[in-house]
Amino acid sequence: MSDNIAEYETQDALRRNEADHPSSPVMRFMADQALPLDAGVALAPWQIAYQTYGELNADKSNAVLICHALTGDQHVASVNPVTGKPGWWSLMVGPGKPIDTDRFFVICSNVLGGCLGTTGPASTNPATGRPYGLDLPVLTVPDMVRAQKALVDALGITKLFSVVGGSMGGMQALQWAASYPDAMFSVIAIATSHRHSSQNIAFHEVGRQAVMADPDWCGGRYFDEGLNPKKGLAVARMAAHITYMSSESLHSKFGRNLQDREHLTFGFDADFQIESYLRHQGMSFVDRFDANSYLYVTRATDYFDLAADHGGVLANVFKGAKARFCLISFTSDWLYPTAEARAVVHALNAAGASVSFVEIDSDRGHDSFLLDIPEQFRIVRGFLSGAARARGIAGPANPETTK
Amino acid sequence: MTDLADLVTDTRVDLRIIASLIEPGSRVLDIGCGAGELLEVLERSRRVDARGIEISQKGVNAAVARGLAVIQGDADSDLSQYPDQSFDYVVLSETIQATHNARRVLEEMLRIGRKVIVSLPNFGHFDVRFRLMFLGRMPVSKRLPYSWYDTPNIHFCTISDFVALAHETGATVEQAITLNAAGRKLSLPLPEWLANLFGAQGVFLLSRQR
Repeated sequence: MSDNIAEYETQDALRRNEADHPSSPVMRFMADQALPLDAGVALAPWQIAYQTYGELNADKSNAVLICHALTGDQHVASVNPVTGKPGWWSLMVGPGKPIDTDRFFVICSNVLGGCLGTTGPASTNPATGRPYGLDLPVLTVPDMVRAQKALVDALGITKLFSVVGGSMGGMQALQWAASYPDAMFSVIAIATSHRHSSQNIAFHEVGRQAVMADPDWCGGRYFDEGLNPKKGLAVARMAAHITYMSSESLHSKFGRNLQDREHLTFGFDADFQIESYLRHQGMSFVDRFDANSYLYVTRATDYFDLAADHGGVLANVFKGAKARFCLISFTSDWLYPTAEARAVVHALNAAGASVSFVEIDSDRGHDSFLLDIPEQFRIVRGFLSGAARARGIAGPANPETTK
Repeated sequence: MTDLADLVTDTRVDLRIIASLIEPGSRVLDIGCGAGELLEVLERSRRVDARGIEISQKGVNAAVARGLAVIQGDADSDLSQYPDQSFDYVVLSETIQATHNARRVLEEMLRIGRKVIVSLPNFGHFDVRFRLMFLGRMPVSKRLPYSWYDTPNIHFCTISDFVALAHETGATVEQAITLNAAGRKLSLPLPEWLANLFGAQGVFLLSRQR
């Protein structure tokens, strides 16, 4: 990472370079392979950056697509080239891990609208030679999934063994089942919902307003001015971060503890540890993420409503679903509470689909799905092993002994 | 296909009886499936498409970790989500006594499944009658291990009570199997009053009257 930093001086510049020329493999689609968007226009040319782990087997039956969450990326189990940090789900994905790369061929791509190599507002608009900014059409979760489908097709895989995702990744996994019911054998959707609630939209709107209120945002053309609306984006991240944690976990982690001081200062510095923590979360985010990209991905999740195209009846979405589903929720997740997962489960049952559903006890809020929660690992491993048995994918010699 | 007898030697004997009533390759919903013992037996020995509902989170999580299609849910409130006749068999093993509205649950099962299998502890067994009559205490035994104040079982019934309920709901009793306290099938087909006295457990195969 130090070499990269030397080359580009700042993480920020490194990230801007990744938008067009990622260090990941890229699939490029030209004018004759335009991507139809829900906004009613077609995107061309466009590209999708991805990472793969493990080996595709001879009959191409062991591919697992992992869909990342709002501000995630394709580096699910590889070092992030911008931050130098390990992959965001390296506890879940890797050799011998619950999503075992000794057994499965894992694909993870950067979402459409993202900023790490898949076409998004930070990518260069071929018409102008400048970043798209707000000239990129507003994107949706179905658009993201359409882009992933094009990648999977281009990789020569007709049927995925599984589509797996948490949070916005879980929305994509459910969307996959709705859009392409024959294209996967199983689906795992974690800490997610079939639609964004009014409260979800409200929090996202606060974030977007914070970005757009930053004078450095410049109506979305900050790159032309050599600026970056870091303050606005940091505030957006701070507000969002609160929604990823539970009241209990905040309280047990920070309580009312003071930050490096004995007494209240009677000022507006970060007196409390929680303030200091949130400021840190905000500031470390702005270097690795594009502000316009944040507007696009939050908008996509706000627009997400699986049942909308099916007369508002969720069960109709899954009519003809052939995959086996696994839904997981967490007791303290108030962003996508268990009731939302249960609604999906009921709809799947009504559609006659095979579904497993567990609620896991955790006091760590929405972020639980990214954390070291052994129960979640057991569930994912067990569900995938059962599905792999049914699909006839060779397993480890003695699955009972692998942890 | 794994042999049924090899799989259930360590599991409840009523599960073996239930499994033997199920046609291979069918679709089965097990209500109150616990950690999925019956589902696993069915999947391995009968190649069925087996699904389960279980009320305890611990049971559900254990079952899903075994690769079984199980959801957390309540027999009293969560059966309405399933379409009519969407399963070949709906199974309720040793659970009916823990439901709030046993009649409604049975009706829902008859709606969802072409066939219904129910197993229940028989409160008319002579051992239970003896304890009540001569000791004057609610029976606590290996088969009925709870005290009256901490039991999840709120609607105990006898074999005869259940047969009466089945008839009230318009179901046909296609098979009635009685097990003794050791879990062995009583060899002779007994008249109902004798089965009700000597059976520790009853297993019923029902279908809806056409």
